[in-house]
Amino acid sequence: MRNIVRTLTGTVAAAGLVFAVSAHAVDITGAGATFPYPIYAKWAEAYNAKTGVKLNYQSIGSGGGIKQIQNKTVNFGASDKPLTVAELDKDGLMQFPAVIGGVVPVINVEGISSGKLRLNGEVLANIFLKKITKWDDAAIKAINPGVALPSANITVVHRSDGSGTTFNFANYLTKVSEEWKTKVGADTSVSWPAGVGGKGNEGVASYVQRIKGAIGYVEYAYAKQNGMNYVVMQNREGEFVKPGLASFQAAAKYAEWEKAPGFYEILTNEPGKESWPIAAATFILMHKTQENPAAAKEVLKFFNYGYTEGDKMAEALDYVPLPDTAVKLIQKHWSVNLKGKDGSAVWP
Amino acid sequence: MSDTQTQPPNAQAILDVLFRNTTRLFAFLVFAVLFGILITLLVASLPALETFGLHFFTNDAWNPVTVEFGALVPIYGTIVTSLIAMLIGIPVSFGIALFITELTPAWLKRPLGIAIELLAGIPSIIYGMWGLFVFAPWFADSFEPWINDNMGNWPLVGQFFQGPPMGIGMLTASFILAIMVIPFISSVMRDVFEVVPPMLKESAYGLGATTWEVVWNVVLPYTKVGVVGGVMLGLGRALGETMAVTFVIGNAHDLSISLLMPGNTISSALANEFTEAVGDIYTSSLITLGMMLFVITFVVLALAKLLLLKLASKEGKQS
Repeated sequence: MRNIVRTLTGTVAAAGLVFAVSAHAVDITGAGATFPYPIYAKWAEAYNAKTGVKLNYQSIGSGGGIKQIQNKTVNFGASDKPLTVAELDKDGLMQFPAVIGGVVPVINVEGISSGKLRLNGEVLANIFLKKITKWDDAAIKAINPGVALPSANITVVHRSDGSGTTFNFANYLTKVSEEWKTKVGADTSVSWPAGVGGKGNEGVASYVQRIKGAIGYVEYAYAKQNGMNYVVMQNREGEFVKPGLASFQAAAKYAEWEKAPGFYEILTNEPGKESWPIAAATFILMHKTQENPAAAKEVLKFFNYGYTEGDKMAEALDYVPLPDTAVKLIQKHWSVNLKGKDGSAVWP
Repeated sequence: MSDTQTQPPNAQAILDVLFRNTTRLFAFLVFAVLFGILITLLVASLPALETFGLHFFTNDAWNPVTVEFGALVPIYGTIVTSLIAMLIGIPVSFGIALFITELTPAWLKRPLGIAIELLAGIPSIIYGMWGLFVFAPWFADSFEPWINDNMGNWPLVGQFFQGPPMGIGMLTASFILAIMVIPFISSVMRDVFEVVPPMLKESAYGLGATTWEVVWNVVLPYTKVGVVGGVMLGLGRALGETMAVTFVIGNAHDLSISLLMPGNTISSALANEFTEAVGDIYTSSLITLGMMLFVITFVVLALAKLLLLKLASKEGKQS
């Protein structure tokens, strides 16, 4: 099976690669996650105008991105879910974060407007575990004094397709609920104890807007652009924070990247008084030993451009640029871990 | 014309052979593609089948985290939604075809026929979006509370109709599927009803038969192969429909008796999860699901063929 898929994807992607290479000598190719596609495309457009280097990025999904980079059919893969050190080592890969987003619980409860409902990790986990089934449950009332909660049933809405959004959301729940950790766990799709599944952010959003008493989770950019009713979450320090650029960046700032081997750092439940508890980074995967150091260098130059000059473009699209401290670590990571075949460093 | 006459006879023979072999090649391509797909599916599904064995088909778990997969929920969902779609779709299609061929005034015949053909041409994603944004809310506010109150207390089948009125679930998917298959079935039925020789019908009318008796005892028996074919065409579409179902079924891997609860079908599970499926067993389990759809379709077609053979053998034996 694997071989068939490998040969097939290999042939198709190789054909694409040959085509791309023949079109322009220094074009770079990437494939993977759909969530960061708009910002990569935006950066690529600006970068192409500046340097003439073209990026050919196929947003085929994180799973596809991982397969493609394992088969070396692209210069870089992109995944919303970081690979563990063991997984990276198995295929001789390295990874680094590219841009940050956040996952936001959204609700449709009668009489409660956006940002008026407060939740904490434990309550959120219990709702998704089907242990809290009414909006006027004592646990919700306790953290929402003065809010008139209706006695309506809670309907849980989740993603039906495999998604990095689900991975980060479920990962947060494993950190705040022992029961979620043992019963459900975290992955790009999980075995949900309750609820209905919508396809994509738009599927979840329309189900939440449709079903009275629903709660779901979507990418922040999606919630913002569609004016959905979001929830204020209590973070690790006990503060209630609103989702947004500042609170996502705080989570990335307080994240202990230097202590995370291979950048395996999931930005959920991070320390910091202003940190949003369900922030999420999206990752780039590359081979440690580069057969074509020139192409690899082009990839790094492209992302370096994104880090240094692409912040405004990212914010305009409701992505959160990485804080400078993280960028410095990434550049160091590049110079140590990316080698040409002769052992010489690709970066700088 | 004159070309073929002036050519020497053996050139004509060569052309004939060439033509025969080319068409034969095309025909055998169908076999090659069919077996190619089947073999690919089989090979690709081996890892899942080796891991889970036959338990795969009776297991209702679907857990990517612990890598435990079972096909029961999607298979159940596929069969139930298609079955209900047929239960609704066949009588309605029959009514449409009957009205158009036997009862409608001549000026209405063409517009009705064109409307049905247009309905058949609407892409499934449109049905899905319409289902989600227009049909599901109406279903949730009006229809589902009604069936909860009026059908939920029926003996035996009552529990099928009890559940939260969300507007999203297996019953909604079945209704959308029914709407999607009606144009297929009714246009085939209409076409075959129209080729019934007028003499047969007129003789029956002449003997004093009512319209219903003519349709039921003359038209339907005469056209049964075509009618069954049309139904099979609709059933095939219902079994394999992906986008429209994915939008409204709720995509939950839960086995629930209630038709108002979310469920899953094979094709919507594939559409949802294939792109992000990481790991051999996960991918292989999804491909095994695909193979099951293949098998279900094959069994359905085989049963239809058997039914036709049985009907044919009975012909002329009864009054």
